[in-house]
Amino acid sequence: MSQAAVKIQQASPLLSVNNIEVVYDEVIQVLRGVSLDVPEGEVVTLLGPNGAGKSTTLKAISGLLKTEDGEVTRGDITFMGERIDKKNAEDVVRSGIFQVMEGRRIIEDMTSIENLKLGAYTRNDTQISQDIEMVFHYFPRLKERTGLAGYLSGGEQQMLAIGRALMARPKMICLDEPSMGLSPLLVKEVFGIIEKINKDQGITMLLVEQNANYALKAADYGYIMESGKIVLDGTREQLLSNEDVKEFYLGGGNEERKSFKNLKSYKRRKRWL
Amino acid sequence: MNFELLIQLIVNGLIVGLLYGVIGMCFVLVYKSTQIVNFAQGEFLLIGAWVCWASLIYLELPFFLGFILSLCFMAAFGVLLQMIVLRPMIGEPIISVIMVTIGLSIFFQALMKWIFGVSPQSYPQVFDTQSINIFGLNIEMAYLMSTVIALIIMVAFYLFFKHSKHGLAMRATAFDQQVAQSLGISVKQVFAMSWGIAATVSATAGVVIGMVNGVSDSLSIMGIKVFPAVILGGLDSIVGAIVGGITIGVLENLAEFIDSQYLHIGNMYDIAPFYVLLIILWFKPYGLFGTKDIERI
Repeated sequence: MSQAAVKIQQASPLLSVNNIEVVYDEVIQVLRGVSLDVPEGEVVTLLGPNGAGKSTTLKAISGLLKTEDGEVTRGDITFMGERIDKKNAEDVVRSGIFQVMEGRRIIEDMTSIENLKLGAYTRNDTQISQDIEMVFHYFPRLKERTGLAGYLSGGEQQMLAIGRALMARPKMICLDEPSMGLSPLLVKEVFGIIEKINKDQGITMLLVEQNANYALKAADYGYIMESGKIVLDGTREQLLSNEDVKEFYLGGGNEERKSFKNLKSYKRRKRWL
Repeated sequence: MNFELLIQLIVNGLIVGLLYGVIGMCFVLVYKSTQIVNFAQGEFLLIGAWVCWASLIYLELPFFLGFILSLCFMAAFGVLLQMIVLRPMIGEPIISVIMVTIGLSIFFQALMKWIFGVSPQSYPQVFDTQSINIFGLNIEMAYLMSTVIALIIMVAFYLFFKHSKHGLAMRATAFDQQVAQSLGISVKQVFAMSWGIAATVSATAGVVIGMVNGVSDSLSIMGIKVFPAVILGGLDSIVGAIVGGITIGVLENLAEFIDSQYLHIGNMYDIAPFYVLLIILWFKPYGLFGTKDIERI
């Protein structure tokens, strides 16, 4: 390989979403041209209000869109230089992307260990029991819970869902709102472990969140979505210092807006586009 | 009161009940993983028994070879049936799928009559002694074999669903298909596998019953008779299918006993399970072990 080719390969991101449009049920258009890049080994976050299309973007990547009558009608998604937008969900898992779905979605009538074993479904090697120990190393409290996973607390279920993703030994994990329904302390703990996993294992993360504070702390780069479009993107520092991001997502913003008199102007908040 | 007859009938009931349990397990397996109520369940027994019979008579194979050959045939048959007939029906209304299985039932019953004729046939003698005497009870060798096979199948089911990767994948699919796909499980493959397993295991039951009663149309009635067993246990519970099967087996023999000794109505054997079914559904619409579907509106 020539020097130039090596350079190009290094420069091209692990996952690249290229101007995709997504339509549900052949009539409802949800994404209107979304592009984003996820470089290898980084944590990238996708922020935005309810209904912006964050989860749809993740499902387009992981192929789960097809199970909900959705379809990528324009644009393409490439993962490690290979197009994956036409692939089935199970083939996408095999190519190295694992999605932790919104609401945890662990299998409630199985034990934690059975859930973890299922995470390794696509693997054929013999190191599965070692990897279960590895998951217990990150989430020690799962080891003590030997009963059915349905009886775990919300936080433990989220940990189990992330552990299940680790069991697949993916190159990239897509996390859909890991903070949903968790107490602030647990959110902190879960995000700590996500960062740790990213550092230890070098697994790339694409993180969809509503909790912008934590997500931007963990992420290297962020995208902000609204009504099916990316409206802003930048590195963590750029986004954290952006006045609009501060106002809409971080709860700070300009000092003078704190007075009640100016509340009206706050309500008439400007849109991104 | 004729105690000897009573005990004999209870033992018969347990043995037949175990077989009902095995057939019920297949029924539940298909229902749980694919949400299809399989009205062609009885035809799996019928086809399996006829294929085994044909391999013994026409190919002149020894019994166990013919038996294994027919099981392999049925595994392929179940998988192909799912792939060709039922896969295109995925996502169609449940009533359409049920109509398809009823159609399959009628079709295969007629096909078997067309190929093998309408008169019952019996297997060549498999065991040297037809029946043995245990504690004064007369037990046919075939029934003894059926009990052993039924218990082996039940243990195998338990191990398969508890420890094997594919068993876990089937349970995951039954729990939530989307989650299963997100884990890299091919739902289509799981569907095909569950039909294959159901066909194979049902064929085992078909051969065993065929050894005692001969191979005839009445085998497909077993598929209907297993309904009370399965519904008693709850449509989606494998343990329930076993408990329901044994209960129905014993109950129909008890009904036979009471009828022959006291009532003299006749034919209680066939009817009693359905009375039980009615009464159970009255009080427990989801069966004894079934899970209630909670729907939020």
